[in-house]
Amino acid sequence: MKASVIVFPGSNCDRDVKVSLEKFSIKTSMVWHADAKLPKSDLVVLPGGFSYGDYLRCGSIASKSRIMKEVIAHSKKGGLVMGICNGFQVLVESQLLPGVLIRNINLKFICKNITVKVINNKTNFTSKTSRNSVLEIPIAHNEGNYFASKDLINELEDNNQIILQYCDLTGNITEQCNPNGSIKNIAGIINKKGNVFGLMPHPERASDELLGGMDGSLIFKSLK
Amino acid sequence: MQKVNQELAIKHGLTAEEYNKIIKLMGRNPNLVELGIFSAMWNEHCSYKSSRIWLQTLPTKNKYVIQGPGENAGVVDFGDDDVVIFKIESHNHPSYIEPYQGAATGVGGILRDVFTMGARPVANLNSIRFGSPSHEKTKYLLNGVVSGIGGYGNCIGVPTVGGETEFDECYNGNILVNAMNIGIAKKNKVFYSIASGVGNPVVYVGSKTGRDGIHGATMASAEFDEDSESKKPTVQVGDPFTEKLLLEACLELMKKKSIVSIQDMGAAGLTSSSIEMASKGNLGIKINLNLIPCRENNMTPYEIILSESQERMLIVLKKGKEKEARKIFEKWGLDFAIIGQLTNSKKLELEFNKKIVCNIPIHSLGDNAPKYKRDYITYSYPKTVNHDSAIEELNIKDSLIKILSHHNYSNKSWVWEQYDHMVMTDTIQKPGGDAAVVRYHGKNKGIAATVDCVPRYCKAHPKSGAMQAVCETWRNLISVGAQPIAITNCLNFGNPEKKEIMGQFVDSINGMKEACEALDYPVISGNVSLYNETNGVAIYPTPTIGGVGLLKNINNMMTFTFKNTENVIVVIGETLGHLSQSALIYDVIGDKEGPPPQINLKKEKKNGLFVSDLIKDKLVNAVHDISHGGIIVTLAEMCMASNIGVKIKVSGSNSDKIKYLFSEDQARYLIEISKKSLEKIKTIANAKNIKIDIIGKTQDEIFEVENHFKISVKELKTKNESWFKNYNKN
Repeated sequence: MKASVIVFPGSNCDRDVKVSLEKFSIKTSMVWHADAKLPKSDLVVLPGGFSYGDYLRCGSIASKSRIMKEVIAHSKKGGLVMGICNGFQVLVESQLLPGVLIRNINLKFICKNITVKVINNKTNFTSKTSRNSVLEIPIAHNEGNYFASKDLINELEDNNQIILQYCDLTGNITEQCNPNGSIKNIAGIINKKGNVFGLMPHPERASDELLGGMDGSLIFKSLK
Repeated sequence: MQKVNQELAIKHGLTAEEYNKIIKLMGRNPNLVELGIFSAMWNEHCSYKSSRIWLQTLPTKNKYVIQGPGENAGVVDFGDDDVVIFKIESHNHPSYIEPYQGAATGVGGILRDVFTMGARPVANLNSIRFGSPSHEKTKYLLNGVVSGIGGYGNCIGVPTVGGETEFDECYNGNILVNAMNIGIAKKNKVFYSIASGVGNPVVYVGSKTGRDGIHGATMASAEFDEDSESKKPTVQVGDPFTEKLLLEACLELMKKKSIVSIQDMGAAGLTSSSIEMASKGNLGIKINLNLIPCRENNMTPYEIILSESQERMLIVLKKGKEKEARKIFEKWGLDFAIIGQLTNSKKLELEFNKKIVCNIPIHSLGDNAPKYKRDYITYSYPKTVNHDSAIEELNIKDSLIKILSHHNYSNKSWVWEQYDHMVMTDTIQKPGGDAAVVRYHGKNKGIAATVDCVPRYCKAHPKSGAMQAVCETWRNLISVGAQPIAITNCLNFGNPEKKEIMGQFVDSINGMKEACEALDYPVISGNVSLYNETNGVAIYPTPTIGGVGLLKNINNMMTFTFKNTENVIVVIGETLGHLSQSALIYDVIGDKEGPPPQINLKKEKKNGLFVSDLIKDKLVNAVHDISHGGIIVTLAEMCMASNIGVKIKVSGSNSDKIKYLFSEDQARYLIEISKKSLEKIKTIANAKNIKIDIIGKTQDEIFEVENHFKISVKELKTKNESWFKNYNKN
């Protein structure tokens, strides 16, 4: 498995995700946003951070960057794409994933450990997790409040596109354990084709015992 | 151009005497640009004119120190050719006027100080202090400062791993925002600000220069009054995105061999950066102001040279390396302009529209800057206050709950959850513990860091208070298993022209000096913030100390969470029952009289090293230093962090028990040990003549003081976690 991590100006989890990918034996190269060509890759990762300062709207300038044309082409050919946090915002802005990510309901940046429930483990990104299992993974964002129309939510549900939902320690999906106001507690979704995955939690921050947990590593292990 | 006279000089914050000194040094009247430069360089913030002679008395060396005060930041040796670079700095005045931008640019400024030296910043810390929660501005300032710190640190991608947030009415008109940054570098890749090589090009990189922040440093050197709001335009505006680009571009350039010296444009912008570089190299510098990238049209030389626009750096390159350097900055989308060169004139020469608009001998700005030995008084240790009548009938449980739910001692996760404290994936001890620990990236060692000060102790007796601040950082580092290496200090005081304030400053320096010497724990960088006064009322003396320690093996890191039930709880150090200035007496009962706890540096060191050895020998399961609220609050914090309960026993009268549980005697730690380690620890303690008390054991989920009360740890947590949420509800 070969991965490319896209580095936008303002990306700041690019190195972190590279460390995790390599830890699970995924060969990783860093690709600069202004590059015209994507190296041959099985997986493209859009890392967390503040691409282009997140000015205008989170992820919107990045979605128009030069390399994104290549990333979109890669996804159209069925290549895997994973967007974490700001990467998820870029995917939404690029319309590789449906819906929008708006400001957290409390209007504050939130950085803490949360728990998510795996709703669909039959994907390229979650195959090593168990369905309905609870993963403890940190979030760190200001705009992670997922929103979509009722019709779209129905469609996502019908197609099993909701992958992760914020839940309590035992897996109950309640309003109380929804950190940012996301509709249906959505923390991660996949496209219809099943090759583009976006999530707000940072699996690279939960792939090292010393950092407090290994639950995020299941996602990297699923990628292989 | 405006006519320069004494009146205008005074408007610039200079005294009549200082203005005459300028004329004497120049041999003529200065023009407006020159006057602006003198005022920027000679204000308190840049010149340290009131503090310098005292700062020089502080110890600045031990076997780890590579660079002490005088550079952008201090450098210490972390072994294996690795160094750690750190500094703390205040951004108090701007944060009061405009909390979001003031705090944000405080973080931005200290980050630049560290990466200017070739380090990749790996941790932010801060100490923020606000007025009484009921003061009309406090909520606005708290929210603005916290989001400003988060806004900058989160975006640039450097974790904010620790700090302190407190309230006291003495900060009603002058909040404190002290920001610290720590970076890592290779020993042979540290960059300094000393310029060399006549003819070498002087290069400007980063953001464009605008009209923001003109005379920011002068503003920061004055007291506040009702008109302070009108100073808003002197506050700089931060752009963390540009700083992130500047950081990456500088680190990329630093990998090449093209930089002679580098200096960030902080307080007093281009003025102080160019003068500092040239003056250290005993050279002159010539700059053409028409070449400065400007954000606005028709900026005057005065505005250009005094602007404090953020995210800018000045670099002296080796001749011939211009092309290579330009390519890097252009890649990152940043301005790059060759604006002048080093000369042997020993003068600062500025040219604008083909005319020389400034020609000042550089030594007159630095070496000849005013230095004052201001009058001061010395504070004696206050008389003891008897609290017996206040505590005789006091209920232990109620008092504990009052402290835990008090704004100063409540859980601060509302604050630090707004900071990304995990980015870079090396934060192995998160906020909330004694000290934060960041793994040295890719290595098996860690950097422990903490920021501490107890201003009420400092107010009661400045010397003891400053000693205590140093000791508390030392203790916090010991508690996580680190070896304390060095400190950085941020000295926040009132108006030094008053002998009472100058006395607080001098006594604090003396206290700090004694503590640093006794602990072999020198000061390697820092900053002084004076004139923290509004309408003549000064803040408490607040010498904030940032301590850094080396954790040789991250697998030996200690935490303060209880690990298991049925373990033994031991107090290390002597409990004398000192209650004056404690959380209980000061904040809950409201009696602000009396002395702070005494500092015994010998005991401090002995007890600390004892705990340090226990950690190394793996004889302890948890360690927490005993600070605010005494033994009982320390215990409660350990319980709340681990959801494990305790059962302890204390004897004597109610007053005796209160004194034992709530006193804030120093040099103490609480440890959790297994039953089988107890005898061994007793033997070692006995041999080393260290006082230990076995006070109880850990148990399931219930916090219990025998014969007094039981309360669930869950309930304690609810009490402890509610204040910030309720306060910021609307």
